[in-house]
Amino acid sequence: MINSTQSDAAPQGVANFRDVATAHTPFRTGRLLLWLVIAFVVIDFGWIIAHNEGFGWPVVAQYFFDPTVISGLYVSLGLTVVAMILGVVIGLVIAIMRMSNDGLANGFASLFIWFFRGTPLLVQLIFWYNMSTLFPEISISIPFGPTLASWDTNSVITPMTAAIVGLALNEAAYMAEIIRGGLISVDRGQAETAEAFGMTKGRALWRIIIPQAMRSIVPPTGNQLISMIKATSLVSVIAMADLLYSVQSIYNRTFEIIPMLLVAVLWYLLITSVLNLGQSYIEAYYGRSERRNAGVAKVEAATGEASH
Amino acid sequence: MTVIDTAKPLVQARNVHKAFDHLEVLKGIDLDVMPGEVVVILGPSGSGKSTFLRCINHLEAIQKGFIEVDGEQIGYRLKNDRLEKLSAIGIAKQRRKIGMVFQQFNLYPHMTVLQNIIEAPVGVHRESRKDAIENAKQLLKRVGLSEKVDAYPRQLSGGQQQRVAIARALAIKPKLMLFDEPTSALDPELVGEVLATMRDLAKQGLTMIVVTHEISFAREAADRVVFMDGGVIVEQGKPEDVIGNPQHPRTQSFLSRFL
Repeated sequence: MINSTQSDAAPQGVANFRDVATAHTPFRTGRLLLWLVIAFVVIDFGWIIAHNEGFGWPVVAQYFFDPTVISGLYVSLGLTVVAMILGVVIGLVIAIMRMSNDGLANGFASLFIWFFRGTPLLVQLIFWYNMSTLFPEISISIPFGPTLASWDTNSVITPMTAAIVGLALNEAAYMAEIIRGGLISVDRGQAETAEAFGMTKGRALWRIIIPQAMRSIVPPTGNQLISMIKATSLVSVIAMADLLYSVQSIYNRTFEIIPMLLVAVLWYLLITSVLNLGQSYIEAYYGRSERRNAGVAKVEAATGEASH
Repeated sequence: MTVIDTAKPLVQARNVHKAFDHLEVLKGIDLDVMPGEVVVILGPSGSGKSTFLRCINHLEAIQKGFIEVDGEQIGYRLKNDRLEKLSAIGIAKQRRKIGMVFQQFNLYPHMTVLQNIIEAPVGVHRESRKDAIENAKQLLKRVGLSEKVDAYPRQLSGGQQQRVAIARALAIKPKLMLFDEPTSALDPELVGEVLATMRDLAKQGLTMIVVTHEISFAREAADRVVFMDGGVIVEQGKPEDVIGNPQHPRTQSFLSRFL
């Protein structure tokens, strides 16, 4: 049964030696070598970075908590939160419209997604910012009838509103498709059951379909949120004092371009890392019914689901 | 049909037609179901029996004829002597007195057993949460699953899931229960527990329409057996007549496969 060339390692009939519990992993020289080479490269790279004057680490440290940088950071974060919330809410509405049988709703949703996904965000932002050249006045009026109220466009579309509207509508187009994908992924029988039990469409969506869709909506939404944080840097072109704009305003004065950009990079990385952590918690929450042992589920949730 | 013959039928279907695109599935179904009656619909797959069941609570719209449940025409209403389609909310309201049990159970996987059962009573029927939980626990006891209150559907066997689904349908205190092949998705050894639960309900006087392949259930629990084939009712009557002594050749050939 056993090949003669390997029979001395595991003599036939001696069961103890063949029990896999006694097995060990042989030492792998090649792997150690690889590790050493990589460690060397990493240390060398780190040394280069640390000793390159151009990086200007003291300057990075000096400006890391600079009030201008921090206020820029707040603007970026605030913009992300507001634009993301608006994006998700509008996206949900667009997704539902896109899935409805009503031709009007469906057509509008398709057009919305087509336009806002089909043009660059940067262009959209500049467009919103320059709205006043197109429409000097914004007014509420009855079509072809009297005007009820009107405002000067430049006083309504500040850099802040242009940034929020631009980011939110663009985000909504992407979120609509993500949410629609999630809603479609839920078994058709679930909607039918909710219907059979006399639930209204809204209630069925809210209580039955969306909670189940969340499992496939959350991961790409995390992606979008991280993209959004970085996309806020685009608003610097419309003179919105976000994180990038504030470090730019400093290096325009001090000419320490690389150190100041590093300040921004480190802050962006810090935020996205925190978000990654948050995302894994949310995923664990919406996956709770997937776990088989319910009794343990509560304890697991309490201890933070660290094992996965 | 002896004593209750004089009562008004709970379900009345007249000349019901239904087609999917050009495929005619129902070709004129007439059926009355009396309060408290247990009607079992038998028939080969593709005979339209599941479709007919789904028409009763308007999960499928019919194209000709009418269906009435508890005095209300399902999906429509008369207004100034003209028939008009009900709004989604109007239809939702009509469905609230009809319980349904599905082949694939369709429990809400993100909710515990208890949450599954109280969802409609609390959210749709506006019962107080306390009463709904009380009632849910009673129902779970009745289907023999008291200890599974806080389990998630995924943690239950198919038979247990279906019994929870039955409890969930009963929780809305339905006037009519529809069972759409409730045991077809179950492993053979789990069929018995579900049928036992249903037999119990039948004995307690619940009005039930059951689409199934379980001839034994039809024989023991049905007041009336309806045999459908090719979109029409071929034969109906007492179980001992239809199953024991079928008259129509198609009924005979269908039943011969189960002997």
